[in-house]
Amino acid sequence: MAPRVVVVGASLGGLRAAEALTSLGLAPGQVTIVGAERHPPYNRPPLSKELLEDLGDIPDAFAKTAFRLKPEVAAAHWRLGTPAVAADLGTRLVHLSDGSTLPYDALMVATGLTPRRLPFPGGDRQRFVLRTLEDAAALRQALRPEHAVVVVGAGFIGCEAAATAAKLGCSVTVVEPQGAPMARAIGAEVGAALQRLHTARGVRFRTKVGVLELICDRSGTLKGVRLSDGTELEADVLVEAIGSSANVDWLRGQGLDLSNGLLCDNHMRVEGRGDLYGIGDVARFPNPLYDAEPRRVEHWCVPGQTARRAAETVVATLNGAPPPEAEFRPLPSFWSDQHGLRIQSFGLPAIADGIEVLEGALDTPQTIERGVAIGYRRAGRPVAVLAIALPPGRALRHRAFLDA
Amino acid sequence: MRMCVDMKKCQYHGQCVIAAPDLFSFAEDGSLKWVETIDDSLRQQAEDAADVCPEQAITLEG
Ligand SMILES: Cc1cc2nc3c(=O)[nH]c(=O)nc-3n(C[C@H](O)[C@H](O)[C@H](O)COP(=O)(O)OP(=O)(O)OC[C@H]3O[C@@H](n4cnc5c(N)ncnc54)[C@H](O)[C@@H]3O)c2cc1C
Ligand code: SF4
Repeated sequence: MAPRVVVVGASLGGLRAAEALTSLGLAPGQVTIVGAERHPPYNRPPLSKELLEDLGDIPDAFAKTAFRLKPEVAAAHWRLGTPAVAADLGTRLVHLSDGSTLPYDALMVATGLTPRRLPFPGGDRQRFVLRTLEDAAALRQALRPEHAVVVVGAGFIGCEAAATAAKLGCSVTVVEPQGAPMARAIGAEVGAALQRLHTARGVRFRTKVGVLELICDRSGTLKGVRLSDGTELEADVLVEAIGSSANVDWLRGQGLDLSNGLLCDNHMRVEGRGDLYGIGDVARFPNPLYDAEPRRVEHWCVPGQTARRAAETVVATLNGAPPPEAEFRPLPSFWSDQHGLRIQSFGLPAIADGIEVLEGALDTPQTIERGVAIGYRRAGRPVAVLAIALPPGRALRHRAFLDA
Repeated sequence: MRMCVDMKKCQYHGQCVIAAPDLFSFAEDGSLKWVETIDDSLRQQAEDAADVCPEQAITLEG
């Protein structure tokens, strides 16, 4: 019987895996894609950006974000709305929520992330996260002009949601227990500059304080939040953007390293196994472009890059051939849109220990709006460039900094 | 093979320019330029560009 590949997770990573497998010669019938969501793959970045502003109902939102399916991918086996609940790595069986089982020769894990929640009870109907179409549609309903919106967590998703809510006329405060927004990803200095830009556009910040408890009335309606410095904020809507955890529970109890996603080698295999692979946000893997440290990278480009690498290794292994010899050294990149300005990064700014301004100035919201490019170095070596509000051609030209 | 870019969808991410430098570029005025008729030797580049475009603005026919 022809070897079978089961892909668990039917979003960007699962889709790219199916595309790569079929383009490398597997027949559609050899590939099964299992998804917890009932939707075929759709694109998440618009959910916190322009789309959130005029999001209709869920079918409309799906129509605007659905990925195109190539014919050979559409012809694969799709098991949507039936999450994998367990995998038996010894007998190579995946168990689905409807009780059925799928045998495999190679298992590709692309189960992504689930947003973390604040550990406080109450206010359920006014509390939101942003990961799925349903999340976005529910949040959009709640973002009414004049509403007091508290966003907890100033990462990219929190900052984008805050900017969108402000544009929709809400009164927005971002609470961030660390310092400047997005500091972990792009550094404190650039984060602080972007905080000034947000402030100029009407978004308030409360940094270095956390949420201590939710203030609800007797019917359980959320009224506000109490912060760790004793102050209170009014809140009609609470957006919880405090990060995400990897969806690996269904793989527990079988000796895998699941401490932060699924630990993979440079071929996107679980070390020592030819039949188990990680893809996209869930995968922690080393990128020798930087060092030997395995990392999870939550950027849109990563599912595509890792799916192709994993699929090449799967197909070689199924054919009894050695895996690709060349090292896997993908250049990570991400973008974010906030207050109508594009932030575009190439490389890994998160690992830098110093920055230099390559073009423009970070000083004021006005100078940022005119366009800025920042170079990031680690131990003197260029590791990333970040462009804010630069025309695309000029942003791309700054990639040359990475070759220096 | 023919390549189209839907400029109503394009958000100027420039991922296509990185993935397929022989087929895409930005002009001095910032507009996106691309090759419309693609011969077989550049087919893979065109497909890579279509895959990395975050807006699915690139379509290939034939
Ligand atoms: C609101 C938002 C905005 C973003 N904006 C940007 C941006 O501007 N730029 C950028 O670079 N990146 C952005 N990203 C990140 C980007 O969208 C992710 O990197 C990408 O979606 C990861 O794809 P994935 O397939 O690895 O995981 P996911 O998209 O998380 O997909 C995982 C899928 O697996 C399913 N699943 C989970 N458990 C199971 C199970 N047991 N069985 C079956 N299926 C399961 C899930 O339901 C989900 O559909 C954004 C993400 C979000 C949420
Ligand atoms: S990648 Fe897509 S959105 Fe970006 S410039 Fe190219 S066509 Fe436009």
